[in-house]
Amino acid sequence: MISAPTIEYLEIAPLLLVFGAAIIGVLVEAFAPRHLRSAFHIPLTLLAIAGAFVLTVLLAVDKTRTVAVMGALAIDGTTLFLWGTILVLAFISVLLMNDEGQFVAQAAAVPGSAEEQEAVLEGQAQTEVYPLALFAIGGMLIFPASNDLLMLFVALEVMSLPLYLLCGLARRRRLLSQEAAVKYFLLGAFSSGFLLYGIAMLYGYAGSLDLAKISAALGTVSGMDPLLVLGTALLGVGMLFKIGAAPFQAWKPDVYQGAPTPVTALMASGTLVAAFGALLRVFWVALGNLDWDWSPILWGVAILTMVIGVILAITQTDIKRMLAYSSIAHAGFLLTAFVATGGPEQNRVALSSILFYLAAYGVTTVGAFAVVTMVRDTGGEAGHLSRWAGLGKRSPILAGVFAFFLLAFAGIPLTSGFLGKYAVFQAAVAGGATPLVIVGVVTSAIAAFFYARVIVLMFFSEPAADGPVIAAPTVGTALVVALAATVTVVLGVLPQPMLDLAGAAARSLFVY
Amino acid sequence: MSPAEITQYSGGGVIGVSWLMIALPLAGAAILLLGGRRTDRWGHLLGVAMSLASFVVAVLTFVALLGRDPAQRRLDIALFDFIPAGSLDVKMGLLIDPLSISFALLITGVGTLIHIYSIGYMSHDSDRRRFFSYLNLFVAAMLLLVLADNYVGLYIGWEGVGLASYLLIGFWQFKPSAAVAAKKAFIINRVGDVGLAIGIFTLFATFGTVGFKPIFENVGGASAGVMTAVGLLLLLGAVGKSAQLPLQAWLLDAMEGPTPVSALIHAATMVTAGVYLITRSSPIFEAAPTAQLVVTIVGAATLLFGAIIGCAKDDIKKGLAGSTMSQIGYMFLAAGLGGAVGYVAAIAHLLTHGFFKAGLFLGAGSVMHAMNDEVDMRRYGGLRKIMPITFGTFMLGYLAIIGIPPFAGWFTKDSIIEAAVQKHWILGAAAILGAALTAFYMSRMVFMTFFGEKRWEPDTHPHESPANMTGPMILLAIGSVFGGAFLVLGDRFMTFLAPVIGAPGPEYHGFQPLAPPGIITFVLVLAGIGIAWTMYGKRPVPVVAPRGSFATVAARRDLFGDALNEALFMRPGQWLTRVSVWFDNRGVDGLVNGLAATIGGTSGRLRRVQTGFARSYAMFVFVGAVLVTGALLLVGTL
Amino acid sequence: MELYVPILILAVLAAGFAIFSVGIAPFTGPARWNRAKLDAYECGIEPTPQPVGGGRFPLKYMITAMLFIVFDIEIIFLYPWAVAFDQLGLFGLVEMVLFIVTVLVAYAYVWRRRGLDWD
Repeated sequence: MISAPTIEYLEIAPLLLVFGAAIIGVLVEAFAPRHLRSAFHIPLTLLAIAGAFVLTVLLAVDKTRTVAVMGALAIDGTTLFLWGTILVLAFISVLLMNDEGQFVAQAAAVPGSAEEQEAVLEGQAQTEVYPLALFAIGGMLIFPASNDLLMLFVALEVMSLPLYLLCGLARRRRLLSQEAAVKYFLLGAFSSGFLLYGIAMLYGYAGSLDLAKISAALGTVSGMDPLLVLGTALLGVGMLFKIGAAPFQAWKPDVYQGAPTPVTALMASGTLVAAFGALLRVFWVALGNLDWDWSPILWGVAILTMVIGVILAITQTDIKRMLAYSSIAHAGFLLTAFVATGGPEQNRVALSSILFYLAAYGVTTVGAFAVVTMVRDTGGEAGHLSRWAGLGKRSPILAGVFAFFLLAFAGIPLTSGFLGKYAVFQAAVAGGATPLVIVGVVTSAIAAFFYARVIVLMFFSEPAADGPVIAAPTVGTALVVALAATVTVVLGVLPQPMLDLAGAAARSLFVY
Repeated sequence: MSPAEITQYSGGGVIGVSWLMIALPLAGAAILLLGGRRTDRWGHLLGVAMSLASFVVAVLTFVALLGRDPAQRRLDIALFDFIPAGSLDVKMGLLIDPLSISFALLITGVGTLIHIYSIGYMSHDSDRRRFFSYLNLFVAAMLLLVLADNYVGLYIGWEGVGLASYLLIGFWQFKPSAAVAAKKAFIINRVGDVGLAIGIFTLFATFGTVGFKPIFENVGGASAGVMTAVGLLLLLGAVGKSAQLPLQAWLLDAMEGPTPVSALIHAATMVTAGVYLITRSSPIFEAAPTAQLVVTIVGAATLLFGAIIGCAKDDIKKGLAGSTMSQIGYMFLAAGLGGAVGYVAAIAHLLTHGFFKAGLFLGAGSVMHAMNDEVDMRRYGGLRKIMPITFGTFMLGYLAIIGIPPFAGWFTKDSIIEAAVQKHWILGAAAILGAALTAFYMSRMVFMTFFGEKRWEPDTHPHESPANMTGPMILLAIGSVFGGAFLVLGDRFMTFLAPVIGAPGPEYHGFQPLAPPGIITFVLVLAGIGIAWTMYGKRPVPVVAPRGSFATVAARRDLFGDALNEALFMRPGQWLTRVSVWFDNRGVDGLVNGLAATIGGTSGRLRRVQTGFARSYAMFVFVGAVLVTGALLLVGTL
Repeated sequence: MELYVPILILAVLAAGFAIFSVGIAPFTGPARWNRAKLDAYECGIEPTPQPVGGGRFPLKYMITAMLFIVFDIEIIFLYPWAVAFDQLGLFGLVEMVLFIVTVLVAYAYVWRRRGLDWD
């Protein structure tokens, strides 16, 4: 006798809304005339994300802490906080997408061919980016909420597949963009293989895919240790790849550079948040009792990630690549609090510090990439750092805001970055990871160098005679920059409400 | 009678909204600064209105305070939790008591008059709006300084007035001398402020709080050594802000600012903040006799120092600045003497000085306004007929400052001299000698400016100033005439301040002008006037200053105050800087550069690993996976 | 670990057979080359020459194959549902309709974008 499963539609309403809108988006693509598609997509996408955010807030106000959909999804404080964060980041990333000149006119046309020119002249646009982004966002929402390894894998793929496509849709420098997409796809598929293999091993060990049951099996099943260890390792590899931790970071600079900048913004913020949330849930819930085993490995990974991130960032000459390496380093900073597990109280502190960091870093990142979209050459965005020389003289406000974002990345006080870094390092020290924090502080100092170098370049160098033009921002882009700057300031000066929110979200840790 | 206890006030009424005193001028400053040129047309009126409104609140608060029982006149009004950081929990609040309200009345009252005066004085300046925004900012910061109920609030106000002072001294920043003077004032004040900050840190370390009430209640529990250290550190702060020895050099240069600024900030209010700090911290100083002794010595030395400088200056504003230093020296001397008598004498002199010195400065400003901004007194002369109102008000201020009965200065200065004589004859002698010197240099100023021949530059056409300038001067002159008698006769002010600093002991017999010190002072004052008359009244004043004796030259050069600063602060500072630069270049930079080169090199080499080939990236992932798995297996078996 | 020994032996045997077959063929088989034999294998049709510097690949086969897979999987999901239909009741029906609708949306997209046209 099979009993019908139950689905808690209310609890997963944000997901349903996002996916529903994505499906409607596909129908729009199918039936709406070409010139009307954008007009449908933009409000649809933004409304869906905003609606999902409202639903998430309602769930949070309702203090929902439950396992939904037959144990597949855990809707707890952490999930809701991450959902809120991802939806905000997604919203502002989508605002960035609403800028012609970012996405290719016809993706299927060979770069530089007659078809491409024709498509450009006709004013075509590959408006599929909006439903694709919605699917990816939906995947991002499921990923950190997955309470089941199969769900985790499905979420990973739902999140990643649209992103692979989006990466290849840049309007300018299309070959670079397509190369990025293919690389991301190949490597992503490769890492998915590891992940899936790890899942299989863990299933072999525990006889279940449910995180809670795996956790319970840790104490009872004996004699199958190789399966457990291999499963843990391979699962870890698959997920560390997604957050771009060393030595699985190699894809990040190439992909971030090649992808259309709004997509880079979405990946650098939303994907990082989602993947980190999933990593937390899997390792703290399912494998939490194994932390004596995995913690030393992740110490090594964290150190390597911070060091590689900052050292390689120093010699970068492309602004997007530099930000990519900076993103790698920040993943390392986050890992310092990740390994600082201990008693429930310590876990709460570490979790809330990570949540705050993710929110703060994500918003600043989208803001920084938004500025990148505005500095343009004849061939598109002026990526090379030498083109940014003297920007402070041409466009003091824009350069000032960008400098401010860089200072936030560097963790200068009065920015959100400082408090985020302070919170995770404090949690790491309390959790006994002081050596990691020392590495973190030293690498932060090195990181400050390359952030400062860009600021010096912008403000103290003579502008090039044929320097880049500052594109008049669209309303969306201007809004994103202003919003990100405001959030960065507010979280830096008045962080208490946000810290309280993260603390409240982390109070009950995870449900499973 | 010991001081009354500070009680928490939670009622409404005007005392409940006394924070408006600070908020109104602060809002004015914000509107004018953010509004920019759009507010140019009415900006000065808004500035005056805000200052006046603040004054009205102060008066109403004062009246409300008078309506309460004397023992209930120290009220703490909680505002908000300012810095809740672990054990450092600063709750911002206001302390409304007789001492703070006296200051608030002086600041807002004189401040409003000077706002009004500035409308006329700055009418030709295109940046008049900015000037008023800074003035409003100053009033707000100064009120925060005197009204805060904790040392952190006081410190914020302290730095706020420092900022306003810096902005206003350098208001005409296109003049290099003004820019340099502003910088000098700012830097010398930093030296003092560091002392104040460390003093506050020490207080927090000792008492675990920065609030006035908890600190003063527990002073008895701290060791005398700590209290002496705190007292000396607070004194260092006070010395910097009030231009006392050895941090006096900035005040003379600060006269580069517009004259209303000199009157308000560098004569009547800000420079007296040091006296406020010492009086407010009286429980600490009473517990540290050594620190008190140092305060009296600083005061006595500065009152002579300033007076001597005042005797030699030909620049009318610098003469008045020397006089300000000297008069504040009197206040320091009195505050250092301690006890109810000392503090009351200090604050009473501070209040009357606020009136007559502001009046004198405004008079000087009025003269300068008439003389095409000429400041050299050797270029004045014979102005008494042309500017009768300026002359009249200036004369009243003059009679007040040199201490002719029954003008204001006579009452308050005589109180200080009496107290000093009772403490030690050297202090008394210094105070009396200072009074004689005051009479000399002020008389010299009056004779050179208003009497004698016209020594004007060609095409100078002096005229009396407009009503919005003379009006404030007249009001201040009235204060100069009656203020002293009002405060001192019948010990009115002493009774009013008693809840804060206590009542005097039985040995105090009230104001005694006919005691020997008073008589001697009066005779010496007359002698000073006489000497000035023979030197500058009877004989014509040369337009070019004679070379003069060594003493004159020394006084003209501020008694080598700059040289002193150079030797005490600048040279050692430069030496320290050079050593640090050397160390930085050789030691730190060597290390850092080496490290940077290593990191850069590593980066360059590592960068080549990023080949761009997906196959090698996949290889990394694979190798990484092998490493992770191997390591985990290794850890698992350990 | 003994459980795995037979599997290991099987793997070794399989690998050995593959290597043997491929390795022995050049030596034992006749070697008569012609054009058709040397051509790339493209599902049995004429190989498409690639223009110099890269060109446009016809994706017709791939699209068809992908569509086939999508609907194939749909059938696979339908099958267990059909078996347990009476036990899952209305819930199963609703969920299955939702599933089929989402697949149909994809189908509509392909159809409207002329993914089903051969040329």
